[in-house]
Amino acid sequence: MMLDPLTLVLFAPLFGAVAAFVFPRAAAAVGLGAVLVTCGAVLWLAQQVLAAGAVTVALGGWEPPLGIALRADGLAVAMLAMTAVVGLLVSASALDALREARQQQYFWPLWLLLLTGMNGVYLGTDVFNLYVMIEVIALAAVGLTVLSGTREAVRAGLEYMYASILGALLFLLGVGFVYLQLGRLDFEGLNSAEPSGALSAALALMVIGLLLKTALFPLHFWLPAAHANATAPASALLSGLVVKAALYIFLRLSTYMPLPDEILITLIGTLGAGAVLWGGVQALRAERLKLLVAWSTVVQIGLIFIAFARAGQIGLTESWKAAALLILAHGVAKAAMFLAAGRIKDEVGHDVIRDLDRSSIRPTLAQFTFALAAISIIGLPPSLGFIGKWSLMEGAMAAGYWHWVAVTMIGTLLSVAYFSRVFAGFLRFDRMRGELAEHKGWAVADIAPLTLALAAISLGLMATPILSFLELGYPFGATP
Amino acid sequence: MPELTPALIYGVTGIAVFAIGLVGALCAQDRLRRVLALKLCSVGAGFILVVAAWRDPPDAPDPVPHALVITGIVVMVSATAVALALIRRLQSLEAEDDA
Amino acid sequence: MTDTLTEMLTTLNGSLLSDAPLLPLFILLTSLLASPVLFALPESAARLRAGINLTVAALKVALVGWLGIKVGQGVVYDISFNMLPGLEFKLQADPLAILFVSLSAILWLVTTVYSVGYLERGPHRARFFGFFSLCVAATVGIAMAGNLFTFLIFYELLTLATYPLVIHKGSAEALRAGRIYLIYTLAGGLVLLLGTLGLWVLAGTTDFTPGGVLEDVVAENRLAAQALFVVLVGALGVKAALVPFHAWLPTAMVAPAPVSALLHAVAVVKAGAFGIMRVVYEVFGIETAQALGMTAPLAALAGVTIIYGSLRAITQDDIKKRLAYSTVSQVSYITLGVALASPIAAVGALAHLIHQGLMKITMFMAAGNLAEGLGVKKVSEMNGVGRAMPGTMLAFSAAALAMIGLPPLAGFVSKWYLAQGGLDAGAGWVIALLLGSSLLNAFYFLPMLYRAWFRDGTIEAPARPRIGWMLAAPPVATALMVLFVGGFANAPFSPLEWTRFVVAIEYQE
Repeated sequence: MMLDPLTLVLFAPLFGAVAAFVFPRAAAAVGLGAVLVTCGAVLWLAQQVLAAGAVTVALGGWEPPLGIALRADGLAVAMLAMTAVVGLLVSASALDALREARQQQYFWPLWLLLLTGMNGVYLGTDVFNLYVMIEVIALAAVGLTVLSGTREAVRAGLEYMYASILGALLFLLGVGFVYLQLGRLDFEGLNSAEPSGALSAALALMVIGLLLKTALFPLHFWLPAAHANATAPASALLSGLVVKAALYIFLRLSTYMPLPDEILITLIGTLGAGAVLWGGVQALRAERLKLLVAWSTVVQIGLIFIAFARAGQIGLTESWKAAALLILAHGVAKAAMFLAAGRIKDEVGHDVIRDLDRSSIRPTLAQFTFALAAISIIGLPPSLGFIGKWSLMEGAMAAGYWHWVAVTMIGTLLSVAYFSRVFAGFLRFDRMRGELAEHKGWAVADIAPLTLALAAISLGLMATPILSFLELGYPFGATP
Repeated sequence: MPELTPALIYGVTGIAVFAIGLVGALCAQDRLRRVLALKLCSVGAGFILVVAAWRDPPDAPDPVPHALVITGIVVMVSATAVALALIRRLQSLEAEDDA
Repeated sequence: MTDTLTEMLTTLNGSLLSDAPLLPLFILLTSLLASPVLFALPESAARLRAGINLTVAALKVALVGWLGIKVGQGVVYDISFNMLPGLEFKLQADPLAILFVSLSAILWLVTTVYSVGYLERGPHRARFFGFFSLCVAATVGIAMAGNLFTFLIFYELLTLATYPLVIHKGSAEALRAGRIYLIYTLAGGLVLLLGTLGLWVLAGTTDFTPGGVLEDVVAENRLAAQALFVVLVGALGVKAALVPFHAWLPTAMVAPAPVSALLHAVAVVKAGAFGIMRVVYEVFGIETAQALGMTAPLAALAGVTIIYGSLRAITQDDIKKRLAYSTVSQVSYITLGVALASPIAAVGALAHLIHQGLMKITMFMAAGNLAEGLGVKKVSEMNGVGRAMPGTMLAFSAAALAMIGLPPLAGFVSKWYLAQGGLDAGAGWVIALLLGSSLLNAFYFLPMLYRAWFRDGTIEAPARPRIGWMLAAPPVATALMVLFVGGFANAPFSPLEWTRFVVAIEYQE
């Protein structure tokens, strides 16, 4: 069999996971190597997609419906690339952040398994495989959540496990109904199917499962505790990447749903608005830095659903791009933010927001990184988050959905309010216990988060090439 | 009223089992009970897939859903194992704290 | 993607061969690239930091001078690339931009000297100068933005860069002021985002074009155009400290003196006023704005702000607070001149953009010197300070008298043109307003001068000056500029002459 980048993207992390598990002493080296190979494979794949548009491969030569086909278009490769780059930098910072040998030993196989699942989701072309992949992601993600081993983390991990499995099972039930009606499960089949009430019901079951897994308000209950109590690299992966898998499937599936239905749109948007407002208020009240960051993820997920909602009557042909941009922007910026928060916690010794300014140790560069990431998450120019928000609001305004514009603006103000709480902790000096400590203000471990934060800002300047890349292979909308 | 075929009986039972599991997963307080409830959900979903494989004899049943059900069972077994391991871990952590 | 790259390379090639079309970009990059270097320098490298600061500031003045000469010769600069389909990041160097860039470049140089002296031994100098540099980069970007979208980007950058400067002291009071500042300006920025989006959706372009881009929209949907005007000017009014959005400015006084000087003279309030200019002249077009019936209410609002600011200034005992309220009042002269919709008033407005900057920066640096050298922070403590610090107080006095409008000083020139413009626009009330305002200016400045020069103070002149030349010289230098731009208003390349050039373009004469 010829080696092709699609297969490599899927199997490099899988074999890496097995190898890292079998050789625990070399886990870090194996892990980094596998992630690097994955990065290379994504690059190779990107080159092919640039040249040819969408690329398809049937695994082991078995054609659908029995075999498994993988397909990569611009959107899929953009997600793969985001995951690979974020993953690489998080991996680098994990080398320093995870001090205990036991944590290192388990982190690498779990993370590589997670990467396998994520890549499988991006490349999957049938809903059953997507089910398997989201289960793989769920198991790995729960493992990462409890890696710190504290009681809070295990408790949060168990809650996460329940929610995640339930979501996956709802999805599976939907898959069963789809097969019952269509006799096939691939996207092609869904594409050519006659829309019917029963099919919509099946899709609705799948969507509810996905909403639970992506933590859209009010199904977000499991997220804050899970993301706040994990170790920093795990939090970065969970918040930056894992929730995006379900979002991505939702985006893919929404083509097959009668989405331009006003009631459905309003429902999705209302849930999104609920997330933006409720999450914002909770972030304002959060006492710990990592919990605040976790609540900001709830807010951002809500915002992305508002971007879906503003699709409106135009359908997905144009409007999916705003959602895709926000997904990419949040992935990069949130990973940076969680890593920076972890660094701050490491240096200061705690992450109680109210007492940050009492510490005489000021990890300046990590704080700066946190602020840079916040710029993208608030949506200030020229960051990618800003471009996403701009696209969202532009579409909403053009469609006359002023209420979504209003919610977005309120959400932005809320995010300024809760992040400025943190900045005050960074920049206040008159409550310090003792003299400012002799601290150089930076460490090598700050490089990875800083790189991510700078990427989140500067990618905004490259929005045009990113958008034209996303459109390769026409993920949505008619082929001209 | 539709004819009471085995497929229909299986299908309705599957949905009912899933629903019972769903209620349990959402409402149960006990950690172990919630795991069992989730197991019920998976059984219910499995039923639906088996129904999808049903063909009127003499046609052979569709093999694809069977493959899917088996995969689903494997996935669920691992998930259950992880959940049980977490519960035990949590219990011992809580016991430590109480002591 | 390759297209974009080729395009960029072509532009780059062109720049090397022909007459440096990327000059505006270089001017932007001087301070933008200096910023990370300054952040990275260790606290102890004070000399190196000062060296970099001064070199870059001087380089920028030289480049701006070069740019000004080129633009005066009629060279057109236009640098752009696509950020979103159809939506460009665009830098241009039109005469209006030159006016503002020159102001910021020259005053940055002066303030840099002053800050180096002021912060000699203070904490967090790396952070301070990094953000200081970033702040100037944002101002330059605002000046040279070729469309409202680009303007928005730098407008927000300015907010982010000034926030750490405002709260530099790190005290509870500074952080409270910082929070107020951040909420006001970011909310304003958000509304500006809304307005920019609205403009983009309505007109399909956000370009700054003399005469405006909204003629068709106005014909179709007058109400939407009016709403857009209110949104845009309201958003910019936050930074321009128009009543009722002015409250952040007096509280932001906790910032160190050089920051206050820069905030009041070039950076923040001027960005707002300059933005109002761009929006009225080049988004709507003065005729369209007038036809929409929006200029008269704006002029009225500016009038209210002028009187309100002056009235509040009288009652302040804190020197910096008094100066801050004076800024609220004085910056609205610019808005007034724009809103009067008369070319003569426009000359006054533009000239005041420069003149107010020079006068106010002088006064803030002088106030900083009083606090540093004598510990004087209140008007009631100013008795006899003239004898203790004659140079500083001479500079302060010159600026104060100019502000009141004593001929032939800078403030007189702008007020004269504004009054003429008021007559030209048939708005006689402007004369009364200006007279009233000058009277109020006198009310709150003359007592300060009287105390400084004619009252015996408890303060003895220190045996040797407690402030170095880096603090003493800058206010004197800017005071001399105040004398020059007033006394030689008609000299070639004086701000007033350049202003006439700009107005001819905006009024398409």
